[in-house]
Amino acid sequence: MRPVLSERSQVQRQALAIGVAVGAYGISFGAASTAAGLSVLQTCALSLLVFTGASQFALVGVLGAGGSAVAGVAAALLLGSRNAMYAVRLADLLGLRSWRRLVAAQVTIDETTAVAVSAPPGLAGHGFWTTALSVYGLWNLATLAGALGAARVDTGALGLDAAVGGAFLALLWPQLRGARREALLGTLIAVVAVPLTPPGVPVLLAALAVLPAIRGRS
Amino acid sequence: MTWAAVLLTALGCYALKLAGWSLPSGVLRHEGMQRAARLLPVALLSALVVVQVLGAGQSLVVDARAGGLLAAVVALALRAPFLVVVLVAAATAALLRAL
Repeated sequence: MRPVLSERSQVQRQALAIGVAVGAYGISFGAASTAAGLSVLQTCALSLLVFTGASQFALVGVLGAGGSAVAGVAAALLLGSRNAMYAVRLADLLGLRSWRRLVAAQVTIDETTAVAVSAPPGLAGHGFWTTALSVYGLWNLATLAGALGAARVDTGALGLDAAVGGAFLALLWPQLRGARREALLGTLIAVVAVPLTPPGVPVLLAALAVLPAIRGRS
Repeated sequence: MTWAAVLLTALGCYALKLAGWSLPSGVLRHEGMQRAARLLPVALLSALVVVQVLGAGQSLVVDARAGGLLAAVVALALRAPFLVVVLVAAATAALLRAL
């Protein structure tokens, strides 16, 4: 049973749109990184090799503020650990083997996970890989542009920051049906944690929202 | 020193991603664990949305982003397609800022 074409192109459209919305932040990252004293080459290496925005911003943030390399790496790794949780779900959903799994690991981030888990049955893999391509390409191009001092795109004036939130919400929307309690609890934990913990940690703590489900029946 | 930090971060972040992919399948055989793994992205991404929309460093701020998200909720309730929802969120926030 092949999925219908319109569902396929719907997934592709999601992949491209989220790539554009998130890619715009690559420009901010490139600019922030060079402003923090990293070279253009180091900045691009971060986007190519680390490829997880929150961790990248954390590292250059600490280095730029005069923090030690150890503190910067530690902050970046803490923020990167949510990708491990995404990977657990994706491994179960996509069931990849050998080298494909090694490649998939590098592109296991918020965006690819959101599209993959919200895709219609049979299209999770397609959603994952097209989003990976779109976000990887645009994030790295935008990083280079930002690092070279491209005219700053005013992401706020274009509403791009709200677009990213809207895109994630739209991907989550159909899944809320069976996971209302987790979504609500996760949101609540994050809101409470924002003033109390360093940036990035609130999202990690939201993982606690699934604890009741391990024991529960629903 | 900066290069060392860049490369260590790259290695560490990749190791974290790969660790999740390499979890022995037996761990997920337990029904509760499987349910938790399925719900994990929903909990984390919900938190991500609220932090992206209300967070400003370590404080919470209700600004144009919240307006954009609210408009997105309305669009979703009206069953608007994905691209429309994203554009509505962006346009609303941009409009609120331009006012």
